[in-house]
Amino acid sequence: MEAYLDNAATTQVFDSVKDIMIKTLREDYGNPSSMHSKGMKAEQYIKESKQIIAKNLKVDEKEIIFTSGGTESNNQALIGTAFANKRAGNHIITTRIEHPSVYNPLIYLEDFGFRITYLNVDNKGKIDIEQLKNEITDETILVSVMYVNNEIGAVQEIEQISNIIKEANKNTLFHVDAIQAFGKYLIYPKRLGIDLLSISGHKIHGPKGSGILFVRDKVKVKPILFGGDQQKGLRSGTENVPAIAGLGQAVFEIYNNHEQKINHLYELKQYFIDRMKEIEEVTINGLDDNIKSTAPHIISVSFAGIRSEVLLHALEEKNVYVSAGSACSSNHPSLSGTLIAIGVKKELLDSTIRFSFSVNTTREEIDYAVSALNEIIPLLRKYRRH
Amino acid sequence: MFKAFLIKYAEIGIKGKNRYIFENALRDQIKYALKEVGNFNVIKEQGRIFVECPESYDYDETVDAIKRVFGVASICPVVQIDDCEWDPLAKAVGDYVEQMYKDKSFTFKVEAKRADKRYPFTSPEICMKMGEYLLDRFPNMKVDVHNPEVKINVEIRTKGYVYSLIIPGPGGMPVGTNGKAMLLLSGGIDSPVAGYMVAKRGVSLEATYFHAPPYTSERAKQKVVDLARIVSRYSGPIKLHVINFTDIQLYIYEKCPHDELTIIMRRYMMKIAEQIANDNGALALVTGESIGQVASQTLQSLNATNSVCTMPVFRPVIGFDKQDIVDVAEKIDTYETSILPFEDCCTIFVAKHPVTKPSLKAIERSERNLEEQIEELVKVALDTKETILVD
Repeated sequence: MEAYLDNAATTQVFDSVKDIMIKTLREDYGNPSSMHSKGMKAEQYIKESKQIIAKNLKVDEKEIIFTSGGTESNNQALIGTAFANKRAGNHIITTRIEHPSVYNPLIYLEDFGFRITYLNVDNKGKIDIEQLKNEITDETILVSVMYVNNEIGAVQEIEQISNIIKEANKNTLFHVDAIQAFGKYLIYPKRLGIDLLSISGHKIHGPKGSGILFVRDKVKVKPILFGGDQQKGLRSGTENVPAIAGLGQAVFEIYNNHEQKINHLYELKQYFIDRMKEIEEVTINGLDDNIKSTAPHIISVSFAGIRSEVLLHALEEKNVYVSAGSACSSNHPSLSGTLIAIGVKKELLDSTIRFSFSVNTTREEIDYAVSALNEIIPLLRKYRRH
Repeated sequence: MFKAFLIKYAEIGIKGKNRYIFENALRDQIKYALKEVGNFNVIKEQGRIFVECPESYDYDETVDAIKRVFGVASICPVVQIDDCEWDPLAKAVGDYVEQMYKDKSFTFKVEAKRADKRYPFTSPEICMKMGEYLLDRFPNMKVDVHNPEVKINVEIRTKGYVYSLIIPGPGGMPVGTNGKAMLLLSGGIDSPVAGYMVAKRGVSLEATYFHAPPYTSERAKQKVVDLARIVSRYSGPIKLHVINFTDIQLYIYEKCPHDELTIIMRRYMMKIAEQIANDNGALALVTGESIGQVASQTLQSLNATNSVCTMPVFRPVIGFDKQDIVDVAEKIDTYETSILPFEDCCTIFVAKHPVTKPSLKAIERSERNLEEQIEELVKVALDTKETILVD
């Protein structure tokens, strides 16, 4: 048996996604900018994907840009709006629990005279609303908040945050990194007052190398890539038709019978939390009594006295796949910023594992993973490090 | 412009009656090194090795590949001259200078050799006549027989050859001419360098790596395979033995004082490596130890570790400072891989204050606690070892 519980890192593509991608790779492989019919055929895939996405976000098709993934969407959103709006001010607000693809562009922007404020979070990972109110000034051009945190599954009150921003400064733009949220929530950016929204394809059973940036009409953004002026000059480069087609198909599937899918995820999450009670010295990070106020697919668990890397490899021997902290940063053995920000005890920082589910995860997989944990943990605790 | 390389070797030249063994080995190692680069003929001829390039080839890649072959003293890109009658020979040498040197205001000297003693001119005569010819053709060139900027070498064998570039090789001896040794390869900086240095003396390598899942990851193991692959570009194919060391390590952890853990562990590593060496016909062990670098490499610790082996243990970097080792690692291209951050099995349970002056008696006393199971665990480790051929 195998249990892939690392779906916040990436997911397996849906069969229908694979099929449509192969078709665009082998049959309809034209360049969408070509004037002949093969080009037009390829362009159709982009149009259809755009329609599906626009419908699910309830936005206009022209407000959608296809990117190479979440990192590019975040970079484009932050750097693009900062440069396009720098005459209005130089202040940007974000939180202490963002992904590096938000942090690092902001650090880059500091070199160009932008000032960054980081909002604190409580032990559930929710941002300090009062602090947000106090920090917004006339100079604040952008607020960037992550919808669902990738390490602990904390969910922000996006609508409330949006209202506060617009009350304080109606010109301040609001960017939401929805990379872990999209596919899990119905997100209607225009109703929520979101100006820019980042989405990644491979977190929702689409292909790697696919992403979306929603840019609300009239929002000024400068491109960060220059070339053949595809996608109205905002994102030069031949459109990645297989990725775009696959992404559209993934969006279609994930939002089909959506409520049922999400209920399934919450059931799994509750079940997993219940079963964790069997193991001693376990802490579930950022857990709320109301499970629905956290993301349906992410659970962060600290196992006292065990190094996460060792546990991860021991689970791997039993074909159980998980992440230590955040997958994206776990190639560098640095401690997680999010876990520190929500006040996880120092001795547990290096003992934290992230389990993450997908719509295809089964109860059997969780049973299997828990029995593996029950086997491994007592053994590992026997040999504690000094 | 070069259709051949002349390979010079130094040390092999003095090997008396065994010389042909070394020459053949060198020829074979050059062939092996060029296998992936393209189609070449590697020919041994009258105390010289020639690499002929019948097809188009990438000059830089070819030179880099030959530069990794131990035993090569220098590499000379040569132009072959089929017709050695004087006029065509002189013209060809002139054309060579024409093409090689844009700016012809340099001092030069012609050096000539004739292996073909029937050639109508002696070597000094060739030098003089060729010098004259070149001075006529390129009036900006000047002769300087003592300190020339360019030496133009002309050799008359069955064909004629001209060359003036001499690219230094690595020196050493061709791998395979001095037996085989077992390298204890970790993921660190030192052991690949140690392997490289021993290989340079003509020794072929096998390697042993101690893997400790789940405490060390698959990536840590892959890193060691990658390191072995880089070393094998110099040493030729390496048989890499991977030993699962977890149970032995945990058993030592359970039964022995924790400050002696590393020493005892290393003693078992040496024992196991020696066993694999014996089984595979290797005649020595090679480690990357350097005196005083870490607690397990003090003289006392080295003494305690060494005493489990009867086989010679070579520690080619023993007197190197860390930076010296890093310099070699950078030169042979293992450094970038070595510093990838994966835990290796020596650091998992490392005590805060490990013993730095272990007494052999105390260590042996502690090891008595292992008597019950250790032999069986070592046997299992040896029986379940995985062998990967890296080339």
